[in-house]
Amino acid sequence: MPDGAPALEQVFRDDWGRVLAALIGFLGDVDLAEEATQEAFAVAAARWPVDGVPANPGGWLMATARNRAIDRIRRNRTLAEKTRLLEVPEATEDPVDTLDDTAFPDERLQLVFMCCHPALSTEAQVALTLRSLGGLSTDDIARAFLVPEATMAQRLVRAKRKIRQAGIPFRVPPDHLLPDRLGAVLAVVYLVFNEGYGGRGDLAAEAILLGRALAELMPDEPEVQALLALMLLHDARRDARFRDGELVLLADQDRTLWDAAQIVEGRTVLDRALALHGRGPYVVQAAIAALHADQPSDWPQIALLYGELGRLTDSPVVELNRAVAVAEAEDPPAGLAIVDALAASGDLGGYRYLHSTRGELLRRLGRTSEARAAFERALALAHDDAERRFLTRRIAELTP
Amino acid sequence: MKYMLLINQGTALEVQAALPPDEQATVWRDYQAVNETPGVTPGQRMASPDSATTVRVEDGRTLTTDGPFVETKEALGGYLFVEADDIDGAIAVAALIPAARYGGAVEIRPLVEG
Repeated sequence: MPDGAPALEQVFRDDWGRVLAALIGFLGDVDLAEEATQEAFAVAAARWPVDGVPANPGGWLMATARNRAIDRIRRNRTLAEKTRLLEVPEATEDPVDTLDDTAFPDERLQLVFMCCHPALSTEAQVALTLRSLGGLSTDDIARAFLVPEATMAQRLVRAKRKIRQAGIPFRVPPDHLLPDRLGAVLAVVYLVFNEGYGGRGDLAAEAILLGRALAELMPDEPEVQALLALMLLHDARRDARFRDGELVLLADQDRTLWDAAQIVEGRTVLDRALALHGRGPYVVQAAIAALHADQPSDWPQIALLYGELGRLTDSPVVELNRAVAVAEAEDPPAGLAIVDALAASGDLGGYRYLHSTRGELLRRLGRTSEARAAFERALALAHDDAERRFLTRRIAELTP
Repeated sequence: MKYMLLINQGTALEVQAALPPDEQATVWRDYQAVNETPGVTPGQRMASPDSATTVRVEDGRTLTTDGPFVETKEALGGYLFVEADDIDGAIAVAALIPAARYGGAVEIRPLVEG
């Protein structure tokens, strides 16, 4: 995306996905569509600061991109063969700012299902989604995922080549494929969010933007609404999660730092998901996040919901979370029994939170040396600096 | 789009051999059904990978070794061609191939046209 004044940049971010999607739908070729879209945005970046922003920026961008693509195809017949156009239409000569963007279908859903197709690697799905729907530059995505720009550029090139060569469709999947494919789309967005939740806030904001776009495009899918609710509720606690760079546990967080308006919005979106009779894993997780935002938290209800989530996902990590809730709802020994059963199953032996949770419960029970040993195992497995400092503090407190 | 589907048996042949006769008959019928699916051009039946001979040429000398190029378990066990609108059509056919559900796998390779 070209650089521009902040106001322009906002318009660009809002419109990039729609323009690109419409162009792919029109041309049937991702590379050509991306080049034409980029050209149109570059023209806008040059002209708008001088001529003013057109009345309908989206329509202007789409018409310009379409015309640029047509020009290119007319100059180069081999390009025409790449496209699905049997006959190349005339570039429209109308003053483009009179065009209404409702004249172009919104094909962002087709775009996101193409980007998140399971024939692509998860890494490629994430990069393509952020680039295409999110409008992030290759450089931005590379920085967010801490890889060199050349690596990210190569990843995107390979992904687009696979789309073309393997025939990955630009369409909303038919009903019998939709639940699986929608799951893949939501997983990509939540993965981006969790990358950001670990510290890189800009990615969390990107994920929420993607979540908002999906919620708008699929207003009747409860899991889509629920994922947005979940992200809003978690993200609302962002400012309270760290104090002076140190990790602060939920129970110790300064609630005045929570974003109250965003929590209200998250609850509203969750209510919509529940009204759509959603009972899927994102609905349950969002419901848990909403209960965590209550004062005091309803731990018995949270424990029940983790039980439900465990049945839906069959995940030992969820069972670990249930142990924490049970420890609060009943007492630490009840929680510890669940953690010990998990430890005995061996599923989470290399999972640092198993050991830190065990350490915490043992600490509360006054079993100091066992608690210290558990925290030390967690420390050996932790990579994040803030987490390492937190665990080191815990160990120091338990050392006589 | 044209695709080649490469069938790797993995442990499928052993698993299928241990099935009761009526289930073995189902496996056979399922392969028949795949071959009769619209858009599918069946491949010719291949003898098992342990009958393979691998050829290399080094310094002008033809070297032959017994067995497949990859491990026997990873060797190609069969193939077929599918003509479909897009990869979803090829995936749907691949998922019908019994090897895929008995411990083997099917690899989809788009064919370059023109």
